[in-house]
Formats: sequence, C-alpha cells, structure tokens
Amino acid sequence: MTSVILSTATRFLLPLLLIFSVFLLIRGHNEPGGGFVGGLVAAASFALYAVSDGVGSARRALRVDPRDIGWVGVAVALASGLPRALTGGDFMTGIWHPHALPVLGKLGTPFLFDLGVYLAVVGVVLTIFFALAEE
Amino acid sequence: MTLALAIAAGGLYAAGLYLLMRRSLMRLILGLSLLGQAANVLIFAAGRPVRGQAPLVAVYATAPSSPFSDPVPQALILTAIVIGFGTLAFAIVLLKRAHQAAETDDLDQMRGADA
Amino acid sequence: MNIFPVLPILVPLICALGCLAARRSLAAQYAIGIGGAGALLAVAITLFAHVWESGPAIAQIGGWPAPFGITIAADLFGAILVLMAAVVACATTIFSAGTIDEPRLRFGYYGLVHLLLMGVNGAFLTGDLFNLYVWFEVLLIASFVLITLGGERRQLEGAIPYVTLNLLSSALFLAAVGILYGVAGTLNMADLSLRVPALPRDVMTAVALLFLIAFGIKAAMFPLFFWLPASYHTPPVVVTALFSALLTKVGVYALIRVFTLVFTQDTATTHVVLLVLGAFTMVTGVLGAVAQMDVRRLLAFHIVSQIGYLIMGLGLFTEASLAATVYFLVHVVIAKSTLFLIAGIAGGLRATYDLKKLGGLYTERTWLAIVFLTAAFSLAGAPPLAGFFAKLGLIQAGMAREAFPIVAVALAVSLLTLYSMVKIWSEAFWKAAPAGAGPRDGGRSPGDAGARVSPLLAAPVVALAALSLLMGLAADPLYAVADRAARQLRDPAIYIEAVLGKRPAP
Repeated sequence: MTSVILSTATRFLLPLLLIFSVFLLIRGHNEPGGGFVGGLVAAASFALYAVSDGVGSARRALRVDPRDIGWVGVAVALASGLPRALTGGDFMTGIWHPHALPVLGKLGTPFLFDLGVYLAVVGVVLTIFFALAEE
Repeated sequence: MTLALAIAAGGLYAAGLYLLMRRSLMRLILGLSLLGQAANVLIFAAGRPVRGQAPLVAVYATAPSSPFSDPVPQALILTAIVIGFGTLAFAIVLLKRAHQAAETDDLDQMRGADA
Repeated sequence: MNIFPVLPILVPLICALGCLAARRSLAAQYAIGIGGAGALLAVAITLFAHVWESGPAIAQIGGWPAPFGITIAADLFGAILVLMAAVVACATTIFSAGTIDEPRLRFGYYGLVHLLLMGVNGAFLTGDLFNLYVWFEVLLIASFVLITLGGERRQLEGAIPYVTLNLLSSALFLAAVGILYGVAGTLNMADLSLRVPALPRDVMTAVALLFLIAFGIKAAMFPLFFWLPASYHTPPVVVTALFSALLTKVGVYALIRVFTLVFTQDTATTHVVLLVLGAFTMVTGVLGAVAQMDVRRLLAFHIVSQIGYLIMGLGLFTEASLAATVYFLVHVVIAKSTLFLIAGIAGGLRATYDLKKLGGLYTERTWLAIVFLTAAFSLAGAPPLAGFFAKLGLIQAGMAREAFPIVAVALAVSLLTLYSMVKIWSEAFWKAAPAGAGPRDGGRSPGDAGARVSPLLAAPVVALAALSLLMGLAADPLYAVADRAARQLRDPAIYIEAVLGKRPAP
C-alpha cells in the first residue's frame, strides 16, 4: 500500500511535525503543551512515515531502537527529580535557573522532566506501533 | 449537561458489559475498551464540569478567573486514558496471539489451560 | 531524609531501566536482577528501621503539601509489607536464575520482575487513591507480560480470564475513585479520613462497596476469585510463586488500608459484608484445593482460601484481629512462596505436576521433604510454626468479638488445609514413585537419584522455610511489631497527622 502522494507529502511533513513537537515541548512550561503531547506528535510523525514508506524505513530514519529512546527518557525524568532529593529536599522538587533565556524561557529541572517524558512517550509509542505494524 | 453525561456513561457501561459477556474475543476487546471509556465519562461527570475558563493563572494574578472547571478530574482522565491505551494495546496483542494459537475466536473452545 | 519512603519505588525502577538498557547481555540481566533485589532488601530494612524508630516516613513529591500534591507515606504496616516484598524478591530472583530459560531472560524477564516490584511497593506506600490505581496498573501490566512470557498456548488461554477480570476490576476501581472525588473533593486518604464522616452515609457506603468489589477481584475474594485458579498454574512456577506472594496481597493491602482509614463510618454494613465474604472465600478456596490433583492448581486454590483468613481479620476490625492479620499476611506470603518453589523443584525433578505421577521424593530427597513439611504444617497451622500463632491470634480475636460462626469456619478450613497438605505429602513424597511415569520428552528417568538440585534452587527454598520456622519461634517479638502496626491502623490519627501535618480533632 504505497502511495506516491502520501510518501511525498510525508517527506515534507515529517520535519515540520518534529519541529512542531519541539515547539509544544518548550511551550509546555506555562501554556498548554508539554512533553507528553510533544512526544505524541513526534511519535505520530514517525508512525506516518511508517505508514507511507514501511516500518523498515521508519526504523532506519529513527536510527536508534525506540526502546533505547524509552529508557533514556525515563532515566532523564528520574534524574530530574534527584538533585533536590539528594540535598535533603523532597523528591521531584523543581530547581530553577534564576534568569530567563531567549526562546527556551526559564530553565530548570522541570524542563528536564518534560524532556524525559517527551523521549519516553516517543520510545514507548513507537515500540508499540512498530511491533503491532510488523505483526 | 450532567444528565447527558450520566446517560452516556450508563450506555457505555451497559454496552461494555454486554460485549464482555459474549464468547467472541473481538467483542471482549471492544467491551473492555468501552468500559474504560465509561469510567472516564463517569469521572468527568462526577467532577462537576462547568462552562468557563481554563483553570490557568494569568500573569501577575494569584488565582484563575472564575468560573473555571476543576482541572483535577481532567488530569485523572488523561492519566487513565494513557494507562488504558497501554493495557488495551497489550490485551489486543494477547488476544491476537491466543487466536493464532487456538485457531478459534470462541472463548468456549479455549480450554488449553485446563489440560 | 525525605527520600527514604521513595527509595523502595526508585530502586526497582532503576533496575528495570538497567535491565532494558543492558538487554543484550545475559550476565548483566542476572547481575541487575539479583543484585537489585538485594539492594531493595537493604533499602526496605533501612526504611523499616526508620519507621520503627521515628514513626511514619512521609515524602511530599515535588514539595507540594498534602492533600494537593502526591504523597508517599510509609507507616509501619506499609514498611512491613515492603520488607516482605523485598524478601520474596530476593528468593524468587535467585530461584529464577536456575529455572528461567534463555528466551524469557532475553525478553526482559528480570526487568519485568522489577517493574512488578515497583508497582507493588508503590501501592504499599502511596498516600492517595488515584496513585493507588496507577500503581495497580503498573504491577498489572508487568504481571500481564510475565504470565504470558514464553507464549505457550495454555499460558495465553489462561491469561485471558486473568487480563479480562483485572481490567474489569480496574475500570470499577477508577469509577469508584471518580465518584468519591465528586462527593468528597479529595483523594488523599488521610484527608478523606477526615472528610468522610461528614458526608452522606448511604452514598459513602455505596462507594465503599464499589471499592470492595474492585479490590475484591484483585484480592481473589469470593465470589470473584475464579480467574486465579484458571491462570496461576500456567506460567513457570517461580512466576506463580512471585504472584501468589505479592499480587493478591496488594489487593488485600488495599482493602485493609481503605477499610481502616477511609470507610469506617458504617462498619455494621461494610465490615459484616467483609466477614461473610471472608468465610465464603475460605470455604470455597479450600474445597477447590481438596478436589485438585495438580500440585500447582491445588496450591493456587489455597491462595484463595488463605485470603479468606486475612479478610476475616479485617472484618472483625479490632486491634487484636488486625495485629493477627498483619502477622498472618507475612506468614502466608512466606509459606506460600516456599510451597510453590518446592513444587517447582519437585516438578522439575519429575517433569510433571500431577500428584498421581509424582512420588518417592521422601527417600530420594529427604531435605526437600523436611522443608516441605515445615512450610505445609505452617500453612495448616500446626504449632510451633508461624501459621499456628497467626491462626490462634485470629481465632482469639474472633472469640473476643463473639463472632462464633466465623471462628468455626476458620477452624474447619484449617482441618481441610491440613488434609490437602497431607495429600501432597503422601502422594508426592511418601508413596513410591509410580512405574512408567517418565518425563515427557525423554530426559531424565524418574527417580534419577544422580540429578543434583542446583543450589540456586535449594538455597532460597531452605532460607524461606527457615524464616517460616523462625517466625514461629520468635512469635512474641514479631507479634509486638504486628501489634504496633495494628495500633496505627486502628488509630488513623497517627497516619493523618504524619501526612497532613496537623492533628485531627477528636
């Protein structure tokens, strides 16, 4: 089921969707968005690629095993909770950089958590999707 | 609004339980999926949804502007949807494998565990 | 240190991630799987000592105060259960190293075990009902994969009722959580405990019964237990041992937590229902066990009947009965996992679990027979083993409440338990090995005295049985621990004060 139209469109849509997913991730600090929905958009873009060009091509385009993305994501989210916990505070308490940066906004451990969620969602959703599509 | 949600939840429960009690694997999956959605609608209805603003605090404000919806039930539902997605994906794969192994869609024919 | 109560959740999570990251190396799987269980045991002992010394340990995740944030709260009861889970984790991960085949290991067996442990510990430690739901799902999804891992047809078909009933119970649990939030406006259990008395009583009783059904399915309580004997005998025995030790017990834990902390306003309804269901659970479970000829199915039915005793202790709802329940819970977890692991060794030696085809194990493996007797008589309740003191405590508590019918049921079920344990003894150990009962795939011949039982299998079984014996011999100090845990359960003010930071008005 290969369609030239879908395949060509996907080639343009994939980078756009990935940029949009990063936009959602960064926007998620103070406005609707965040790592979860960003991760879903990123996973959906690769899923679209898998639909148009086959799971093998999508796996090659992703370059790494989605399971590795998944565990790295959970590890990053976990690590974001540790700094304050190891210094006697409560687990997952946020630590913020005092000054806002252009584009990214204020940086802090909650952003790291969001990034971890983003990666975890990409990893898990793509692992499930690829496995089901290859059945 | 609440009445409509209550009727929707009741309908989903009824349909889900009905499908769950059939012998076909396919209906089992659909039934489980509907039951999960019924619970979500129920939480939404029980959380007293109101027409109003999103519960976001504006810049320099200390509280969201009233009236706003309680965000907690929606957060619960979002979590439950994600979990439901994971468990349902597993259930689909399981039933597909069981179907392949037993070469039947009928639960009454699946007696391999009793052997 | 605020991180103490979170560590029993973090350690298995890190181990599960490690197993996934190092999924290509078998050696790493063994190292992380067993080493992680050891680390969990160390953490659990530290947490228990901390809670014993200075009262409930609380962590407010993200620094958000209760009831607004997520609370992790370890009271003495929770800490005891975490410790018990860690002990079982150590025994089963070591036993797994000797029995789980390479394809299962490559698929991430040890990672799944640690994911399961994370869910179990999370459920034991969480302070609010929605997170209890989340932890239930974590342990469920891990158990789903573990029970089907290997993909044999009987496993897949046995998993269908297991998965269906557990998902149904989760949907009911979620609905109950939603209704409770709609009525009470909070899901933090300490906060609920303060608010529920002021809420409409009939609504609360209805919600309480909805929780009873949802947890009852997970705890394998009458009449919702049939999924358990239909599925528990299908995976490798060590998985069954792990499940029997932890999964149904998480359901029982949830019942105990909810019906001591939150729903105590209408005990005339809820706790009487619990007593009646407890009695039926005991009887139906043991009757099912008596009829079985497959060791694993027989033991699976015993899980159900033992759940009945725990529900009985909760239903009686006195300090003495709760203390006996805590002691009983630890005892039954250890005795049950020992019995399953022994069944695994016996089944491995004979390549069958059918009692008719087993036999001659007493002359051939005397040590195994002695270990079996210890665990079996402990389960049946013979002095001076732990089961005797556990049942004695429950029966005394029942007499004190003048609940004579349930005491009579408990005693009768005890006899039938003894009967079915003796059945295993006489069939598998005492009678001579039947002729022509060779292994299915032409491996070792029956009664092959030369086959050594790997120390990986023997050590955990002997250690668990020794622990069971020790629990009986040191019943006095251990009962003191259970007593204090029960006092905290019966007087939720301690828990509430620790979580909310304020003492409830009397």
